[in-house]
Amino acid sequence: MIPEIGHFALLLCLPIAIFLACLPLLGAQTDRVLFMRAGPLLALGQWLFLLVSFICLTIAFLSDDFTVKLVTMHSNSALPWYFKFSAVWGNHEGSLLLWVFILASWTLAVAFASQSLPMDMRARVLSVLGMISIGFILFIIFTSNPFERLLLNLVSDGNDLNPLLQDIGLIMHPPMLYVGYVGFSVAFAFAIAALISGNLDAAWARWSRPWTNVAWAFLTVGIALGSWWAYYELGWGGWWFWDPVENASLMPWLAGTALVHSLAATEKRGVFRSWTVLLALLAFSLSLLGTFLVRSGILVSVHAFASDPTRGLFILAFLVLVVGGSLLLYAIKAPAIRSAAKFSLLSRETFLLLNNIILAIALAVVLLGTLFPLISSALDLGSYSVGPPYFNAMFVPLALPMLVLMGFAPFINWKRSTKIIQAVPIWLCSVAIALLTAIFGALALAKQYDQSFHFMAFVTILLSTWLLAATLLHLWSKAKNQQGFSAGIKKLSISYWGMVIAHSGIAITALGIGLTSIYAQQKDVRMVVGDEVSVSAYRYQLTSIDTFEGPNYSGTRGNISVYKNDAFVATLQPEKRFYYAARNVMTEAAIDAGLTRDLYVALGEYLEEGADSGEGAWAVRVHVKPFVRCIWLGAIFMAAGGLLAVFDKRYRQRDTANV
Amino acid sequence: MHPARKQRLIIVAIIVVGASVATALIGNALKQNLNLFYEPTRIVNGEAPVGRKIRVGGMVKEGSLVRLPDSLTAQFIVTDYEAEVIVEYTGILPDMFTEQAGTVATGILNEDGLFIAEQVLAKHDETYMPPEVAAALKDKPKSY
Repeated sequence: MIPEIGHFALLLCLPIAIFLACLPLLGAQTDRVLFMRAGPLLALGQWLFLLVSFICLTIAFLSDDFTVKLVTMHSNSALPWYFKFSAVWGNHEGSLLLWVFILASWTLAVAFASQSLPMDMRARVLSVLGMISIGFILFIIFTSNPFERLLLNLVSDGNDLNPLLQDIGLIMHPPMLYVGYVGFSVAFAFAIAALISGNLDAAWARWSRPWTNVAWAFLTVGIALGSWWAYYELGWGGWWFWDPVENASLMPWLAGTALVHSLAATEKRGVFRSWTVLLALLAFSLSLLGTFLVRSGILVSVHAFASDPTRGLFILAFLVLVVGGSLLLYAIKAPAIRSAAKFSLLSRETFLLLNNIILAIALAVVLLGTLFPLISSALDLGSYSVGPPYFNAMFVPLALPMLVLMGFAPFINWKRSTKIIQAVPIWLCSVAIALLTAIFGALALAKQYDQSFHFMAFVTILLSTWLLAATLLHLWSKAKNQQGFSAGIKKLSISYWGMVIAHSGIAITALGIGLTSIYAQQKDVRMVVGDEVSVSAYRYQLTSIDTFEGPNYSGTRGNISVYKNDAFVATLQPEKRFYYAARNVMTEAAIDAGLTRDLYVALGEYLEEGADSGEGAWAVRVHVKPFVRCIWLGAIFMAAGGLLAVFDKRYRQRDTANV
Repeated sequence: MHPARKQRLIIVAIIVVGASVATALIGNALKQNLNLFYEPTRIVNGEAPVGRKIRVGGMVKEGSLVRLPDSLTAQFIVTDYEAEVIVEYTGILPDMFTEQAGTVATGILNEDGLFIAEQVLAKHDETYMPPEVAAALKDKPKSY
């Protein structure tokens, strides 16, 4: 009964979404207040019914209702309750329901949290969100019904959730990522609404900015969680594989990062107006493209659930409709957009332009590398794959100038920087700090790890310390210029703090990426109990191997003691698990995490023929990963900065008695 | 020249130069890192280049996986049910790697026709088959 209620609630959302897509827009175009006022109510209705639907599916999973096909396919009665809960979105149908539910939540938030918006603008935004909602609800109803029943052949237990997905990282990763993906639909809706109304002044940029920041922050966290999950769960010790699905999430992030900055220029100075609109359309289109790539099953990836061509075709059609429609509207309306203000070459506008150019090139690199294999195979030109060296070769030369420019950026004023000479001592000071840190840092790392001086390690430390020092010294000088440091620091705006924190995050992430790429060491070795292996400064000893029973699997656990210069550091317990229901073998890596280094061990397969002591030999993968934590720590800083900026005074509503 | 126009010209020039340099670099990097996929049949027919990084995919033949003694080097046969290629890999095979299941290996074909893999991928769950392997096996007799 409960699944039917959920299905019925989902079906009811379709007419609500259709009304939401039509009524407020019609009201805005014909000036009918009643129609415009219907928007928030419809948004609330849509959200409530989707909530009911989502809760019903969750109940089906938690109560082991194996008459529901989806539960049978992706859950098991022996699964712990929290994995039953995350199994709701650990599959194609359920994750789409989550997608739509998050879209409805954003719609609801726009309807009730933006009461200072002019009524017609809000009505148009809600309608555009309603249109997107229609597309996805139709998609679920016709190709991916999560509530489908198994009426014949009743089974007593389910197939279990893919063991790779039975993990805390997966409970968090998809919802965070979706909040980010879908959040760009709000910026998209604002851009479309502004295009429809023809009113593309700075106002639409000011309204979009907080929403875009929130979406961007969640996307940042979502991507970082995915990277962290892949790092410890796949057992390879890699944190980014340039897998097409990872790229699919990186592209909206790059577009979103460009958008966050370009919106600032448009709001404050009225420049780059049509480019900003285009970016807003692009960011959401890339989110849809990502959804298409992941959900159509055309990619070889851990994210690709069993493929179904009709689904791919549906999303492709929807994608073409959204991208084509919005670009057409843009083509018609954009020529009327005029960027008002002029600016000199040495101005913040120019720096934001450079930021956007670098990010756009990075985006083009990823887009080409991701789509090229698909295009060549669609045109029968051969089945290619693009190797990670391509992306690495392109991203390093893009990242270096970006880090250099980011250090200068806060010192450059809007329109024209006249007092630039005052900043020179601070820059020299930052360069000195960076140079010293880089020289001593690179020497210390060389001593610690492989005795040779790496020039790229020097460059990495130099540039990230430069960015960090310049950003923090700017904060100091800005606070000092007011009356006294402590009084000055209180006067700094919240969005300025957001910038400082987010840019510091970039510096930390860049440091982590650079150093872990250079100094990470890995060895695949064959070990029997008592064997030792040395990786960089650490010595790993396999002391014993034992077996144990988990809730839905049986496992083998290795006990590995790690020593540094004969001093005990940690005991690592990597596991090999055999999941009964799916009959899958899974590796659980063991990690001793630290800010400056991770010690990482994964148990490979059992090699029976090497029985020296009667216990047999195991393949073991041993890593030392310096500074790998910085990658995700920096991402947390970026997201925190992005979120903090939203609370700036100027976004606070002055007039709430508007509705 | 009018200052505003001059400034616009400089900005356009920066964009054009930047975009051209980027395009050239991107094209070059892409060209060097494309790995073409070959079915075992095409490799046996001598269509695959020797000494270049390529990918090969198909089913792992039953009973073909052997480990060389006292090392982490494994050998197995990848088949598309018409031709076979011997793949050698040193390291830890993925969890889902089993005989009679699909796999895709990236590596280099040596002059003796042995495929030295540097990466071996397997399917991620029971129902999933890499699209390239599925295409390679299409229209081939299923029994062996």
